[in-house]
Parts: sequence; structure tokens; C-alpha cells
Amino acid sequence: MSLKNWNELTMGGVNLEPGSSLKNFTASYRSGQKPVFNPDNCINCFFCWVFCPESAIIVDREKITGINYDYCKGCGICENECPVKKNPKPILMVEEIVEL
Amino acid sequence: MISLKEMAKKEDLFVSGHEMCPGCGIPVILKIVLRTTKCPLVVSNASGCLQSASTNFPATSWKLNWIHTAVENAAGTMSGIQATYSSLKKQGKLPVDKKIKFLVIGGDGATYDSGLRSISGAMERGEDFVYLCYDNQLYACSGGQRSSATPMGAATTTSPSGNVLPGKLQPRKNISNIFAAHEIPYVAQSAPWIWQDLYKKAERAFETTGPAYLNVLNPCPSMWKAPANKSIEITKLAADTCVWPIFEIKDGTKVTVNYKPKKKLPVTLWLESQARFTHLLKVENNWIVKKIQEEVDKDWEFLISSENKNRTN
Repeated sequence: MSLKNWNELTMGGVNLEPGSSLKNFTASYRSGQKPVFNPDNCINCFFCWVFCPESAIIVDREKITGINYDYCKGCGICENECPVKKNPKPILMVEEIVEL
Repeated sequence: MISLKEMAKKEDLFVSGHEMCPGCGIPVILKIVLRTTKCPLVVSNASGCLQSASTNFPATSWKLNWIHTAVENAAGTMSGIQATYSSLKKQGKLPVDKKIKFLVIGGDGATYDSGLRSISGAMERGEDFVYLCYDNQLYACSGGQRSSATPMGAATTTSPSGNVLPGKLQPRKNISNIFAAHEIPYVAQSAPWIWQDLYKKAERAFETTGPAYLNVLNPCPSMWKAPANKSIEITKLAADTCVWPIFEIKDGTKVTVNYKPKKKLPVTLWLESQARFTHLLKVENNWIVKKIQEEVDKDWEFLISSENKNRTN
């Protein structure tokens, strides 16, 4: 994100772009683990959606469809709150290998 | 009662890209609370975790009118904002019948400690606003100092655990009862795990004319030294051990307990879940665990008895 010069700022430092933090990808917070979504056993209870602090659960037409890895910080709440007992669980935390 | 699917269809007024720690409870609380009203919202936000993490220069995570205030005057600023809006209506710059809701958000430091005077004043004047306190039981943003919301026995940077001290020695301030004593129309305590209850309470708080106060337990994995994926589970444990009862108080007297655990769990389970309490599990600190249990039992019994009292009246 490029910063503005002092003479480009608005009066009083008012931010005129609501929701501009969407440009700020927080995926770098993830430390080794990322959730993987598998729709097979998903019961669409939406618990992962409501308890996700990053709003990183993608919803499409009343169904969970995936995870937004741009914002997911890998906290693992979605896996922990998923009530499905069947194997494989719809959301599983797996090890993430970052290639540099 | 709204379902989560319907809730997901509503617009997000607090978007991703904020810099809160992984596993933080604040965005979860906001996700639920900001969806409860259809009216345009104005937010006055006291300095703290939410303010500093959601408005990282030059970006903002908010999609509504938002103002940053100092720790101690969030509610006072809201009084000024309300005066501005009523003046705009008088001047004809806004339609007179336009309904605008006002929300003040502060952490436990801004609510229990330094902001208490300002909130108390705004409540006494009977301003029409909702105060939302995300209570993570310490000053997390400035490095984890003790606040008056910190429970007894918790280790913080200013009440450390060691050979001399077993963490904080004083019990936490019962803030909900302090605000209930102002005889404001609505005071409620909730937690993010019981989202239906939180949604209902936030809806009710926005509907009431006059001040309303919401006290929501906010799990803080970084400062409570708990695993990030367990943060919502821990808030449920707080309700099951009666450390954080879920209740509401209407008009200062009518108490309703909204969640009663089927089996009241011992407080040690709550202490075991976070590393800030680990020192209490040593034998020499048994006395403080006993004291915490007594304190929790006393508060719970008082709550149940005041609920029964208002039923018989």
C-alpha cells in the first residue's frame, strides 16, 4: 500500500474510503497452518462463518463455498467450532508450506 | 429469531483486512452487533485494540461514520455528535424523521476505569445511545496491564505472578450492576459463543430509547495466553463455570438470567484453559482458587436470587 504525501491528505485526516482495509491482505499472519474446506460433509450450519474473526469464510447462495486465503490468519476457530463429527471434517487445519 | 444464513446476507459494515490478532473476539462481536439495526449507524470508538487495529493508516475497516476518541471520553463525544445531528435536522440539512442510531464502543479499560465518568454522565443525562464494551479483562493494546476488569489471580504485566504475588489480588469490578444502578432502560451481559443471545440483546439495545449498555466478554488469546483456536470455546467455559453469567437487567431492577448451565462446572476448568492462571494450579496458591470459587458462587447466587425476587414481585 502506498502512503499519501502530506499535501494529498484530506482536511482533518478524514478517511473518505470506507472499507479500504480490504487492500490490506493479512494472510502473512498465518504461522504454518491453514484451513482447508471440503464441501462433502458440510451441513451449512454457518458456525464457521459467524465465528471467523476475519470474515474469511466465503458464502454463496446460502452455502459455504470456501475460504478466502487473502485474509485468513490461520487461527483455527473454524475447525474447532465445526460441529460435524463425520470423517473427513469439512474444515481441517493442514500444514502450510510457503515457497520463497 | 434470525438464522445465521439470513444474517450472512446482510451487509458487512466491518470488513476484513484489519490487524487484530489471530483468534480475537472483537470482529466476531461486531459481525453480530452491527447487523442488528437497519438504521444508519454512527460509531464513537474509544482508543484501544479495536481502534488501533481497524484504522491502520491510511486504511479503515469501517463502512460507516466512525470517529476516534480518547480512552476516557467516548461517551461524551457521542453526546456532542447527537447534538450535531439534531442541529442538522433543525437547520433542515437532514430530514427530521430520519432515524440514526448511535453506538459507542470501548474496551474494558475505557469502560471500567478511565471512561467511567464520561459514560456515567451520558447515562445520567439520558442520551439515546448504545454502549458496547468488549471486555477482555486487561489493557491488551498497551501491553497487558491490569485493569479493574481483570479477575482475581490473573497474571498481567503489572500484577505478575511469582514468589511474592499470585497475580492480581482484587476481584473484578461488577460493572453491569454499576450501570444498572443508574436505572437506565437496558443493561445486558453476553458473550460471542451464544450468538443468538448477543443478537437479541443488541437488537433490544438499539430499540430502547435512552441509554443501553452491553457488556460482552471478548476472548484475547495473546494476553490470556490461550490457544487461538479455542477462543470461542473458552467464552462458553466462562458461562458454564458461572465466571461470566449471561443476563440482562431492565430498568435497573428486572433481572433475567438468560443462560443457566445444566451442570455448574468448577472454576478450576476455566483457570486451566488459560496460561495466565497456570500459577494458581500450584499447591501453595490453593487458597486463591478457593477464594475465586467463593466469589463466583456468591455472585451467581446473588444473580439467581435477584431474578427470583423480581418474579415474585
